[in-house]
Amino acid sequence: MIGYLLSFIILAAVVCSVFGGTAQQVSAAVISSGADAVSLTLTLAGAMAVWGGVMRIAEKSGLTKNLTKVLKPILRFVFRGLDRDSRALGAIAMNVSANLLGLGNAATPLGIEAMKQLEREEKPGERASLNMIKLAVINACSVELIPTTVAALRARAGSASPLDILPCVIIVSVCSLAAALTAAELLEIGDKHGH
Amino acid sequence: MDISSIVMPVLILGIFAWGLYKKVDILDTFCEGARDNLKTAVELLPTLTLLMLGVGMLRASGALDALTSLAAPLMQKLGFPEECLPLALLRPVSGSGALSILENVLNENGPDSFAGRVASVLMGSTETTFYTVAVYFAATRVKKSRQALPAALAGDLTAFALSALAVRLIFK
Repeated sequence: MIGYLLSFIILAAVVCSVFGGTAQQVSAAVISSGADAVSLTLTLAGAMAVWGGVMRIAEKSGLTKNLTKVLKPILRFVFRGLDRDSRALGAIAMNVSANLLGLGNAATPLGIEAMKQLEREEKPGERASLNMIKLAVINACSVELIPTTVAALRARAGSASPLDILPCVIIVSVCSLAAALTAAELLEIGDKHGH
Repeated sequence: MDISSIVMPVLILGIFAWGLYKKVDILDTFCEGARDNLKTAVELLPTLTLLMLGVGMLRASGALDALTSLAAPLMQKLGFPEECLPLALLRPVSGSGALSILENVLNENGPDSFAGRVASVLMGSTETTFYTVAVYFAATRVKKSRQALPAALAGDLTAFALSALAVRLIFK
């Protein structure tokens, strides 16, 4: 899909450059894009390495586990109808903790494990259960506490205070997550009436 | 000094102190985590190169400017900086693509400008929706993800609408 999108973008760029007389600039962009990508990756790699190191210490010292314990009661409110000692809920809590701490690498496998566990417990067949939908939705909305990648890019562009956007990011994240979960619930009601 | 600049140092201090208290091998553990993430960053590079090529060519051709000025009247009515429209459109589809557009907006408008801040908030509060929903259901036998994608996109739309509003409220 990204392949098609990019081919279309490049096609559009070439057509525009022919009609707009910007062929020279486009050639220059082709030559510099590789170097730009490498230098962007270097900035990202640096920030990711620092954060990965710090967060691995948090994980090994049991901080993630403590966070999981705190999250479970809240998540029980979102994921309803699961057993008291549901293994799926535990897996979901670990997935959400990893997301909050910005442990993207760890969050995805944990989330997929939680998804499989939900399937085992709820046996939804071919149509996704509401809880599975909610788990996918939570992961498709960013719930990262500190947007380290964005902060690194802002610092690189010369921002006076790269993290001053943090309050905005948290407000917007919380609102969009609430909107997405509400939409999932509302559409569920609509779905039930339709059947 | 604002509160957000204290968050990071305090968090790091807390984590190191807790790690020492729990007798974690700080050096080994840190390096393990750093190594894993460096690998991820390198794996990201080939895709990012292709996307930087596409976005770079599109910008140089003048097509991106044409698109933004075309949408400008509507965007101004909504109070949304038109420079951020390409980011909002690409964000749910491609993470690396969004990164390269964000970099573009930060460099062209400055990170502490209105557009730069809105782009940063938008990037920080959303995810690659299509990819995430696909990956999560691919591991199961579910064939119909039902309202998962529409609901997640409703979240994206909310973030899109609120990012400019939040920046305006907090940075007067």
